[in-house]
Amino acid sequence: MRDAPLLKVADLVAYYGDFQALYGVSLDIAAGEVVAIVGANGAGKSTLLKTIAGQLAARRESVSFDGVAIGGDPAFANVRRGIALVPEGRRLFPSLSVEENLLIGGQAKRAGRWNLAAIYELFPVLGERRRQPSTSLSGGQQQMVAIGRALMSNPRLLLCDEISLGLAPIIVKDIYARLPLIAADGVAIAIVEQDIAQALAAARRVFCLREGRVALASETKDASREKIAAAYFGV
Amino acid sequence: MEWTNSILQGVLVGGLYALFATGLSLIFGVMRLVNIAHGDLIVLASYLALVATQTLGVGPLTSLLLIVPLMAVIGYGLQRILLNHTLGDDLLPPLLVTFGLSVIIQNGLLEVFTADSRKLHAGAIETASWPLVSGVSVGALPALQFVVAVLLIAGLQALFYRTAIGRAFRATSDDPATAQLVGLDNRHVFGLAMALSLAVVAIAGVFLAVRANFDPAQGPSRLIFGFEAVIIGGLGNLWGTLAGGVVLGVAQAIGAKIDPGWQLLAGHLTFLAVLAIRPEGFFPRVKH
Repeated sequence: MRDAPLLKVADLVAYYGDFQALYGVSLDIAAGEVVAIVGANGAGKSTLLKTIAGQLAARRESVSFDGVAIGGDPAFANVRRGIALVPEGRRLFPSLSVEENLLIGGQAKRAGRWNLAAIYELFPVLGERRRQPSTSLSGGQQQMVAIGRALMSNPRLLLCDEISLGLAPIIVKDIYARLPLIAADGVAIAIVEQDIAQALAAARRVFCLREGRVALASETKDASREKIAAAYFGV
Repeated sequence: MEWTNSILQGVLVGGLYALFATGLSLIFGVMRLVNIAHGDLIVLASYLALVATQTLGVGPLTSLLLIVPLMAVIGYGLQRILLNHTLGDDLLPPLLVTFGLSVIIQNGLLEVFTADSRKLHAGAIETASWPLVSGVSVGALPALQFVVAVLLIAGLQALFYRTAIGRAFRATSDDPATAQLVGLDNRHVFGLAMALSLAVVAIAGVFLAVRANFDPAQGPSRLIFGFEAVIIGGLGNLWGTLAGGVVLGVAQAIGAKIDPGWQLLAGHLTFLAVLAIRPEGFFPRVKH
């Protein structure tokens, strides 16, 4: 018996410019659950996260958070509800220092356990570099800042878009090792990745998107390599 | 000694030009909006101060207590109701809309206040001065203006780099889409930036109205002084903008000393010379 879902996406249709990227996607995520959303380049993964976060338009009823229909609401309103997106490519603010990037993440002023001290405990290297410009850090450290910035809003749902992109495997492993600590107090996490191994290891359930549709929804333990490959490539 | 005196006066008025420029570069920096109506809004602040002094019987400096918040509210409203709708990838719509706004403000002021030159009277402070050495004296009013300008710029510097709202301005300037992801409502942040911009120019506008005559058609020249100070100083650097204002003020003072007709020309020529020799300005944006 699963809890009532924290996030419910029902028959979501979304466009990226003039291009229709999602054709009726449905999925749900429970509080404290880690799900992986995988799929090939262009399958609609990033569009899905952006639409949930509020960066792209959607029909109101197609996204519900904690029982409230929020589809199409702007991102700044959704952050205040507790939905935080770690955007693809990190998108740190270059004129802000590491610490300022984190502080601005907390400006939605939601209560919770995440604050500067907690972020520096999760990623100690950021504490050592807190005064530096965010652009002076390595790619992996910048990704930690991006995750920390999202956590500072004390989200109930953390959306991670391609957090392993362009990073060395050892760094990716290091970052993924922190996810259980984040999920420990009931934060739901959705991980979008092209490289599926890491995401599957971290997640309880997996959704595979192909051409804007859900091609597979399964518990990760039941998802064999063959099943995922079939859903991923459509063969 | 006469020359020293002229240059000193130029330095002091430069503080006011720096304030015009700061308001201009603040909104360009935060939202990439070139406000062609900036000068007319400065003149509007002068007229509002005129009305306040006449109806309330207070001095122009006291009227600032009313005019500064009033201009801030006008700025916020203008941004939310009108200017936010012009912002996008294209720089042209805000340029055209603020140009239209400039025409409307000028003609509105002409309709209500006629084309007569006005001046605000601040009383004894206008003529008070302190002799520094023989032949060189500093007027109390210009000195006060300059001190206020320096304090305001120091205050803005602190606001930008030490406060949450300053962080929000810088983040929104860097990346408006991602700023929304951290919970910043850009429309509100832009409104606050315009409010701050007009609050700053209200102070400069009222001081200049005490110093010199104004009429409804003066906005564009105020705008040009602002632009020139920003470019001379270097875009995106507040202390550079102060230096730019001072350079412009000194150039005008020297020009006026040579021939009274050369005052504005000397300022423009200095601006063009800086643009030709050092197009990025004396103090380009500092990387943080």
